[in-house]
Amino acid sequence: MDKPKDVLLNPIFNNNPIALQVLGICSALAVTTKLDTTVTMCAAVTFVVACSNAAVAAIRHRIPNSIRIIVQMTIIASLVIIVDQFLRAFFMEISKQLSVFVGLIITNCIVMGRAEAYAMKNNVWLSFLDGIGNGLGYSVLLIIVGVLRELLGSGKFFGFSILPTVSEGGWYVPNGLMLLPPSAFFLIGLFIWVLRTWKPEQVERG
Amino acid sequence: MQRDSVANTFLVAGLLCLVCSFLVSATAVGLRPLQEANKRLEMRKNILQVAGIYDPSQSVDELFKQIETRLVDLTDPQNPVEVDDPKLLETYDPRKALSDPELSVPFPEGGKLEGFKRRGKYAFVYLVKKNGKLDEIILPIYGKGLWSTLYGFIALDADFRTIRGLGFYEHGETPGLGGEVDNPHWKALWNGKKAYDENGEVAIAVIKGAVPPNDPAAEYKVDGLSGATFTSKGVSRLVRYWLGDYGFGPYLRKLREELGHG
Repeated sequence: MDKPKDVLLNPIFNNNPIALQVLGICSALAVTTKLDTTVTMCAAVTFVVACSNAAVAAIRHRIPNSIRIIVQMTIIASLVIIVDQFLRAFFMEISKQLSVFVGLIITNCIVMGRAEAYAMKNNVWLSFLDGIGNGLGYSVLLIIVGVLRELLGSGKFFGFSILPTVSEGGWYVPNGLMLLPPSAFFLIGLFIWVLRTWKPEQVERG
Repeated sequence: MQRDSVANTFLVAGLLCLVCSFLVSATAVGLRPLQEANKRLEMRKNILQVAGIYDPSQSVDELFKQIETRLVDLTDPQNPVEVDDPKLLETYDPRKALSDPELSVPFPEGGKLEGFKRRGKYAFVYLVKKNGKLDEIILPIYGKGLWSTLYGFIALDADFRTIRGLGFYEHGETPGLGGEVDNPHWKALWNGKKAYDENGEVAIAVIKGAVPPNDPAAEYKVDGLSGATFTSKGVSRLVRYWLGDYGFGPYLRKLREELGHG
């Protein structure tokens, strides 16, 4: 059986869901222009993966094989609706900016991937940790991308001005590309390159 | 019972649906009051922003005390009637009314807003008072752009001619092109423009390209958004519609007489 610590920490760098498994890219492009939306999205995804993993693991011996995907989807969808309702009640501003992307967590491959690949075969506690770990792995990458995009794209960090931009009377000319989705592709690519240079065992054999 | 038997499949599916629907509805119902309060606050904030009196350091509800809300029955646009029903004033939702047969009416003859089948029976009008005197009138406006419906407000000065502000709080136009309706520089262009000409006809329009500085009619024209011809046209159309005879035009004339501006 896996050690709880490895289950929790492995997905962060050794088996990162975005960098190694290349899952969940779409939301990584869409919500990372600003850090406050990025962090909210990370928290939402982590909550959904952890809880759906735990719920699927809890009933894994009872789920009939023929409808197991539907069962997982139903659990995930319910959790996503709950998260969405919470955001609308307590973080109206951020929820408006995230718009459809909270709802789209349902289709985030990380969530369903973990439920099918891990939670169906392991106990509740380990599955919960696996969910938290994958959520953190997703978060680490999104936050790195978010910091770079917000800093280079609008000269800010969490909304505070770090590099005063020309339009506000400073010297920094913001890089408009950073505010567009393709920049996240470049940044994720660079991240994968750095990670695979550091851990050469992740390189796929050609 | 066998895990993969038909009976068990139905049992698991049924129980799962029950548990999930219970959780989802409990959250939705439990959090609704908070969400509605947020929505109301958001709407009030938008109105204050268009009026130019929004101040983040002060509470929205406190600032909103300067504003008098009126509900107008626009079934016959030529003969607008103010409605004084406190319950309706509290609960009327202009957006929901569009799809409610009870609260919407067909368009008046000749006065159709492109892209819609019916329009709300009532409309809110907000009067901003300063020291007891009317300072600004804020009217809700909506209409189609290129892809989406734009919802917003326009603020008129107490002279009933000069535009004091314009803003859309919801739209789905292309970011960077039509989405530039949110650009503060563009919105600022509206301030000080004249909505009506000397004869009281709607004159304001969004034109293609920039308004030449020596144009004698410049006070009736607003620069179009570059790369967003359809959105600019849509904004022009909807502003003209709501200020015109089938929109708030007759009501504004009535209000003006009522206030003794003659």
